[in-house]
Amino acid sequence: MAVISYREALRAAMREELKRDDKVVIMGEEVAQFNGAYKVTEGLLKEFGPKRVVDTPISEAGFIGLGIGASMLGIRPVMELMFWSFSYVAFDQIVNNAGNIRYMSGGLINCPIVIRGPANGGTNVGATHSHTPEAILASHPGIKVVCPATPYDAKGLLKAAIRDNDPVYVMENTILYNDKGEVPDEDYIVPLGVADVKRVGTDLTIVAHGRAVITSLKAAEILEQEHGVSVEVVDLRSIRPLDEETILASVRKTHRALLVEENKPFCGVDAQVAYLIQSRAFDELDAPIHRVSSIDAPQIYCKRMEDQQLPDVNRVVREALKVLA
Amino acid sequence: MAKPAVLTHPESLKRPAGPSEYAKDPVNASMSKAEKIALYTKMARIRHFEQRCIRIYQQGKIGGFLHLYVGQEAVAAGTISLLGKHDHIITGYRDHGHGLMVGMGMNECMAELTGRVTGCSQGKGGSMHYFAPDKNYWGGHGIVGGQAPLGTGLAYAVKYMGLKGSCLAYMGDGAVNQGAVHEAYNLAALWDLPMIFVIENNGYSMGTSQERSTAHPGCLAKRAEGYGMAWDVINGHDVYEVRAKTAIALKRAHEESKPTVLEIFTYRYFGHSMADPDKTYRDKEEIKEYREKKDPVLAFEQELLREKVLTAELSQQINDAAMAEADKAAVFADESPDPTVADITKHIYWEEDNRGPDTTSRGTIIFE
Repeated sequence: MAVISYREALRAAMREELKRDDKVVIMGEEVAQFNGAYKVTEGLLKEFGPKRVVDTPISEAGFIGLGIGASMLGIRPVMELMFWSFSYVAFDQIVNNAGNIRYMSGGLINCPIVIRGPANGGTNVGATHSHTPEAILASHPGIKVVCPATPYDAKGLLKAAIRDNDPVYVMENTILYNDKGEVPDEDYIVPLGVADVKRVGTDLTIVAHGRAVITSLKAAEILEQEHGVSVEVVDLRSIRPLDEETILASVRKTHRALLVEENKPFCGVDAQVAYLIQSRAFDELDAPIHRVSSIDAPQIYCKRMEDQQLPDVNRVVREALKVLA
Repeated sequence: MAKPAVLTHPESLKRPAGPSEYAKDPVNASMSKAEKIALYTKMARIRHFEQRCIRIYQQGKIGGFLHLYVGQEAVAAGTISLLGKHDHIITGYRDHGHGLMVGMGMNECMAELTGRVTGCSQGKGGSMHYFAPDKNYWGGHGIVGGQAPLGTGLAYAVKYMGLKGSCLAYMGDGAVNQGAVHEAYNLAALWDLPMIFVIENNGYSMGTSQERSTAHPGCLAKRAEGYGMAWDVINGHDVYEVRAKTAIALKRAHEESKPTVLEIFTYRYFGHSMADPDKTYRDKEEIKEYREKKDPVLAFEQELLREKVLTAELSQQINDAAMAEADKAAVFADESPDPTVADITKHIYWEEDNRGPDTTSRGTIIFE
């Protein structure tokens, strides 16, 4: 088992899939010659050449649409968005075309496309570059969304996404790109729709995804050390499909739930998770479900305030104690 | 209402309608008698299918929007009649004519309009969303211009796989002001894709004339020059001219892997959709003029009568058969069953429809 970064894990996933299947093409702004705006695709052009690793113009509606069209004929494009925030100019392609074509054709067509890139706040770049559209996109049947939090999951989920025959949107996090973790040397995938219990506990379930998992794990440590509370942390990994059973099993064990995400609260992923818990495990709950989300405003530029706008360890601890009270 | 000054206009349109100047073009001269009759038959089938749709719509059996192709038949017929095994097409929402041209049956097309499970998309797509990927027909797209990037992707895939093929992406004149179309132009030219953008210019983007919608109107195809692309203008009332000039673009795609923009001047006899009462933006006289003097189906019939390929009797038989086929399709569409409630949640995800030990998805994907 090698210890590699989240960034290297994503790159390894693409390298292995490029080798495995000659229909896989990497495409996006600055992915080839520039080696990737965030260096995720570094070295792939050199290794695989310009047919497999393709620089696009700044033209998201154009090149994402092109990738979707190519996927209908069996190409498996892995498209990089420099930021998921830029997906908004390609929304018609991403939702109406990739998400609807299978349905509108009565199952005659499928779009095996992957769109990946960072979707996070916390980098001091202001509102236009800090969107987290996982809930927006996952609300469309026909679309799949995953949000890896660790190098192991980043590699396994991206490989599964590339092999998947539906549109899969992989939302990464620039703050996690340098995080390191153990990743197996042998081939593996993390199937979509399988959550992971990142920490086992008995008193409180925290459900989180993306970087909120890392924040929640730190909070769980403090809760144990300073408050003697045993916290279980469920990492969704995949938003749609959603592993409802793992969430419910954990809540049935701990009887208390705190939901943490870096999204804004209104119609966030955790709104769906809260509904799930109350509808199928209401009698198991010993306390109301609480949520910790980003403070409900466009992303603020000021770094000191942005750090507070996002869920931080202190806020998670505070809210957990309320659920436990 | 003032018409825009047409600055780039096919020469043949400036002269009175008459025998086609392109009958002797090799691509037409080389057609056998049977091929010519087959082409005429397809045009007549589109005409009668669409006219039958009007009646069903008026009976309240077709919901949603219904954008008819009557008057524009020579565009789909001329272009699609040239295509081979690795040539693909994609279009906007005025998509019935293209579907019938690639060989879709009237039954499946009509049943889709009435929302039946026997429709080409099992009643899930409707009029604007016909698909027949087995016939290289990739839709049928509802959002103006949204199909243009998809088309470049089909051309990209053809080139990636090393096949001698192309993609024709059709759009209306209203689509040329959409950003996605310009992005597709740029990519097709930048990457030398075997792509033909076909602007079916029927003069009106819904109810807005070109003069009111388009800066520097009357030069739609010429915008290709801004991307270094070849372009041409075509009289869309003459199927021979459509074939002759499309063949050049197709050769450019196949042999040089270069894109082309074709602007085909055509005309629709009915409103933008059946929801358009067609009373506010054009004169009845204008429609009458086109119907009587430039009708593409009649023009081709006359052409073939002059060539003695067709006789009046044979033409009558072809039209009668097309009408009878449309009538039968209407009955089929009326009598076919609806999809079921259970069908609503099928065909959303490939992995879900084919779920098994080897598929990559688990968990809940369809929510209550």
